[in-house]
Amino acid sequence: MRTGWLICVLWVVCLAGLGAAQELRVPASVSAGEEATISTTGSGKATFYLLGPGVANKSEVSLGGEIHLRSQDLRSAGDYLAIVCGETCRSSSFYVTAAQPAGLTFLVHPSRVPAGLGEAITGVALPFDQFHNLVPDPVVVNFQLTAGNASLLSRAVRTQNGVAWFRTNSGKSAGKLEVVATLGTVSASRAVQQVAADPCNLRIKGQRTPKGIVVETDPVRDCSGNPVPDGTIVTFSAAGADGRSTVDAPIKQGVARAQIEASGPQVISVASGVVMGNELRVGGQP
Amino acid sequence: MKIILPIILVAVTAGLMVLAVFGVGQASGGVATGTVMPGFSGPAKADTPEGAATNFLTEVQRRNWGRAYAALSKTSAVDQQSFTQEWTGSNGGLRTFSSLEKFDVRPMHATDADADMRVRLRWTTPVGPVEEVRDFHLNHEADGWKIVWHKMQLPSVPAQVVPVTYLRWDLVSGGSDDEWGSHNVDAPRVRIISMNAVDSAEGSVVMGEVVNEDTVPAFVNVNATLVDAAGNAIDDESSFDKIAHVLLPKQVSPYRVDFPKISLKNVKNVRMDVKVTLVPASADPVIGVMNQKLDPDAQGKTVLRGELLNQSGQTVNIPHVIASFYDNTGKVVWVADGYVDRALLPQSSEPFAVEIPKALAGKVQNFHVLVNQYSLEKS
Repeated sequence: MRTGWLICVLWVVCLAGLGAAQELRVPASVSAGEEATISTTGSGKATFYLLGPGVANKSEVSLGGEIHLRSQDLRSAGDYLAIVCGETCRSSSFYVTAAQPAGLTFLVHPSRVPAGLGEAITGVALPFDQFHNLVPDPVVVNFQLTAGNASLLSRAVRTQNGVAWFRTNSGKSAGKLEVVATLGTVSASRAVQQVAADPCNLRIKGQRTPKGIVVETDPVRDCSGNPVPDGTIVTFSAAGADGRSTVDAPIKQGVARAQIEASGPQVISVASGVVMGNELRVGGQP
Repeated sequence: MKIILPIILVAVTAGLMVLAVFGVGQASGGVATGTVMPGFSGPAKADTPEGAATNFLTEVQRRNWGRAYAALSKTSAVDQQSFTQEWTGSNGGLRTFSSLEKFDVRPMHATDADADMRVRLRWTTPVGPVEEVRDFHLNHEADGWKIVWHKMQLPSVPAQVVPVTYLRWDLVSGGSDDEWGSHNVDAPRVRIISMNAVDSAEGSVVMGEVVNEDTVPAFVNVNATLVDAAGNAIDDESSFDKIAHVLLPKQVSPYRVDFPKISLKNVKNVRMDVKVTLVPASADPVIGVMNQKLDPDAQGKTVLRGELLNQSGQTVNIPHVIASFYDNTGKVVWVADGYVDRALLPQSSEPFAVEIPKALAGKVQNFHVLVNQYSLEKS
């Protein structure tokens, strides 16, 4: 707020001083974090103001010489305004561009993805220089996706307005997917967990025991053959003359198992989430 | 004057003491009456079966177990310890945190020799009021009407080792100095798979089912907002305890959101919102729901009955049953829940019952029961 007021006041002062003797010559292009000089004409003492993103400096200078701008005053990319006030005020603006890319901000979504899903993984890379300025000039970012030793994707993408991105399918196998974005010597790595999709061909078998019926699934896998993670809930339902019994059992070591206490003939069905499995008919206790 | 006032006070006090000692048991119906000075005398002699039942429940309400036990018939096959435990609960069950708030006694059948009474008990519990209906049988004995008490079969779990392949999910979060975006873990994918809004006697009800489609456990809360024709929000509520909040991978839970005193006639739209968080969780204990049946209860209401069977080795202190009921097209027409007041011991079973509104009883073709559990060790 104070800087804004200062700029307004100085602009008014500068406009009033148009046509005065001293001149300012600002650099055509400055890279962030580099030193720069501003040459002046005229003679005598003057006050120099430098206004820019994150900086507002005031110093006494001698007209006719060069004004030295320190590198730490030019770290933020953007528009700067240089003002010299002697008898009159003169101003000139210049632009500080981002330096060379020194880091990548890399966002990958999602962190977990079902295997074999189309257009499921997205990644966005934004190059920044060492002073955390976004680098808007086009640069090429290489994206590489590897699962185990297999390469799923290798793509070079040119940034547009400082952004490079990709979207791709998830792999067929469950496990860790490493996603790397590289820009020159700079790289950033992220991990996506590829997990089994919904169970496929959910099948159960059961047998009668003195305490009821023990029913268990075959090893539960998705349609790509990945084992469905332990802890996934499988619902067993048994319907008979006594009513219905249900057990929500977690998969443990690849198999879900439940005990159903029922003496009469039962029809047992199985489901996991919204996926249904086969039906099993078990006779009554002899 | 100085002498008259103390005499009046002494007389009134004596009168009140006499009334307290001999006046007990004269009340009937749901008004709780009792002795002014517990332990001053034995159980009051009841001239009517209603009075006997009322006296008995008054002693239970006051936790005068000795006096309540003295009101039982000699034919009752129960010792005082078992009788007391039945009323006070055990193993950290819901009953251990409950107190009898009020009761109502209604005669069903009476002769000179015996009588049947139906009592409606209202308990105050940490999960809200719980109603219970019991039938008492009374015999007329030499010293008045006495309640015949049958010993409740409490499960006795033998000492044993129950092997469990223990499975849980732990959550590791990154440090504060991590690079932005380097350790992001998404919230679980949870989806509402059905939603139905109906008018009930108490107001509007929004219900349905929600599924955890992910491979990690999720803490889920369903919120609903009723919107009128002008697009303004009328009210918003959450599912509170009418949902299983922790959903394991691929687990389906019913949910119900109640909007008391709001008619659906004023509602144009319902906005649903599912709040999901990744939480550490355990896959145990596994609780089976056995012998589920729709039956009429003693009062003629339709209830879903069954038994919960704890298939693991840890005690479930407060089992909570949530049931969704479907019509013949598979639409969820009602969601009901109920707490079981006794703890579910390892490898043992407990009965449960949840009520269905009379108007919906005919529509129900199918149901799904989920057991939510609260264990003192975890909390």
